[in-house]
Amino acid sequence: GIPIRTTLDNSTTVQYAGLLHQLTMKARSTVRDIDPQNDLTFLRIRSKKHEIMVAPDKDYLLIVIQNPCE
Amino acid sequence: MEIIYVYTRKRSEFGRPCSFSDRPAKVNVDIPPDPSMASGFILRNPVDSSVQHTSDMSEHEVNTERVEVESRGVNHVEGGWPKDINPQEVEQTIRFRKKVEKDENYINTITHLGALMEHCVKQNNAINIYEEYFGEEEVAEVEDEPPSAKTINVIRDPNVTKRTATHLSWHPNTCKKLAAAYSSLEFQQNTKEMSFDSYIWDLENPNKPELVLKPSSPLVSLEYNPKDSHILVGGCYNGQMAYWDTRKGGLPVEVSTVEFSHRDPVYGAIWLQSKTGTECFSASTDGQVLWWDIRKLSEPTETLVLDITRKGLLENALGAVTLEFEPTMPTKFMVGTEQGIVIACNRKAKTPPEKITSTYSGHHGPVYALARNPFYPKIFLTVGDWTARIWSEETKESSIMWTKYHLSYLTDGCWSTVRPAVFFTTRSDGTLDVWDFLFKQNDPSLSLKVCDEPLSSLRLQDNGCIVGCGSKLGTVTLLEISSGFCTLQRNEKNLVNAMFERETKREKILEARHREMRLKERARSEGQEMEVEEMPVESPHDVLERTRREFFEVIEAELQRRARAETQPLRGKVKDHAGEERAAQGEESQLPKDRGEEKEEKDAAKEL
Repeated sequence: GIPIRTTLDNSTTVQYAGLLHQLTMKARSTVRDIDPQNDLTFLRIRSKKHEIMVAPDKDYLLIVIQNPCE
Repeated sequence: MEIIYVYTRKRSEFGRPCSFSDRPAKVNVDIPPDPSMASGFILRNPVDSSVQHTSDMSEHEVNTERVEVESRGVNHVEGGWPKDINPQEVEQTIRFRKKVEKDENYINTITHLGALMEHCVKQNNAINIYEEYFGEEEVAEVEDEPPSAKTINVIRDPNVTKRTATHLSWHPNTCKKLAAAYSSLEFQQNTKEMSFDSYIWDLENPNKPELVLKPSSPLVSLEYNPKDSHILVGGCYNGQMAYWDTRKGGLPVEVSTVEFSHRDPVYGAIWLQSKTGTECFSASTDGQVLWWDIRKLSEPTETLVLDITRKGLLENALGAVTLEFEPTMPTKFMVGTEQGIVIACNRKAKTPPEKITSTYSGHHGPVYALARNPFYPKIFLTVGDWTARIWSEETKESSIMWTKYHLSYLTDGCWSTVRPAVFFTTRSDGTLDVWDFLFKQNDPSLSLKVCDEPLSSLRLQDNGCIVGCGSKLGTVTLLEISSGFCTLQRNEKNLVNAMFERETKREKILEARHREMRLKERARSEGQEMEVEEMPVESPHDVLERTRREFFEVIEAELQRRARAETQPLRGKVKDHAGEERAAQGEESQLPKDRGEEKEEKDAAKEL
């Protein structure tokens, strides 16, 4: 996907955008495969270093990267 | 009664079209029911019949060909821009971005998504759901599962003529590789087609050996160097020693010269602890133990002749079948011989006769395996003939614990590296026994039939969970034993220690009694020598009667002693650790009087 607005540097943004777009597509299709009436509302990936939150929409994708409070 | 209907047709009528016509039914045969036959059947009431309405399925099996997998990476470049916009041009992209930002849809979506995201971020900030809540809780208690072992891998000898897997050695660090020495130990069974190769297997690929070692004669023993995992030393069937470097391929880097090597197959080869990490020693049935330095295999650095009369004569020497060395005691080592005697030797003795410190005899046949307990180095295990025996270095006369006589020969054995009370033995009927003598002393805790042919070698991996057994047809089976055998039990070390001490004490006491009896006998016989003429001459018949009587009494005595010995450990538990003399005295006084008499008769019978 194309990054519209970002607070990170361009290359990281592009990387995140591309990879998370695909992942969201996959997650959404998984959810719909299990139950066709269902749909993906939010996706959270918690890793050792940060937490990535993705809010998908029909045309756009909002991605937030947060440091978990540990 | 046959029902036959004969069709006839004239040859000239063949080929004519058939004309069918209807006919009323005609009774050909009428067989009335015969009620007398009903007596041969039993009426069944109620009748069970099952009906199932499912579709018929058929089963197919397919084995696909092995797939070669490769890892590849993809480089993601920026994409997704609409056709008219060139992603390289910054101006166009900025313009596009600004346009999108003005789009109403975009604004709505962002506000909506933003609210959702804000909610989640606040959630995150409020509480950390992944924190360690029960950190102080202890690990779950040991589950009592029945002992079991399962086969995880079977590696077969790829050659047509199968050879025995005589020795296994695990790779020192990774434990993913196993070196196996293959040779045929049957006397003169070497055929011309039998290959000499031995293999190093990688457990990930049991079909094809990782490296093929090509010695000049089949290898009987093979060991990885614990310091340098690329070096292996092997002892050959013809008595030579060879060493390999796995980085250099399958041919030995150097082979010892025939004149200075052993004259018989090298049954034991072990690496020594040295600063250079290049020293090893080997033993063979020709009665010699030779020390080598890898860098110069042309002649051994030291030799020792296993002559227990301490004269250093090769004719008297005992053939060595197994060798044992414990890195924590670098000057001492032990050799198990063909004659059933275990010789403990000290390498640093000044003169060759002094090198042999003590001998332990007790087996009726060759001692096939010799291993020190990794936790209690004074205790060692020997496996030979039909039993496995546990010895303490201090009691030289007999073993402190032994298994019962099995029906088949025991071929190899080793201690568990994790639990001091567990050891493994393999038998010539293809069974692997796992013994846990804190749990059960008469029988193995687990007896597993690995294969139909005799098992010839056994090796435990360093983590204590995986054991490899080599069989006579060259099949190496890897078994994973249940976690009960790999985890140290509570208090196990203390219990094992106590048991060993108890058994050693018992043997020592018996030894002391023996000695006392013998001294008494000697004193008595010396006193009797003066009166020898006055002793009535016994007729041969009387002698026979007396001998027979004494023989049976001795047998009885042995049986009783054994039975009492088995109940001794229970009695031993009750005692506290008062001074040893008191305990010894207490035991002695507890020994019933007839025990002393039994000893007397045994000695008398011996002297007869």
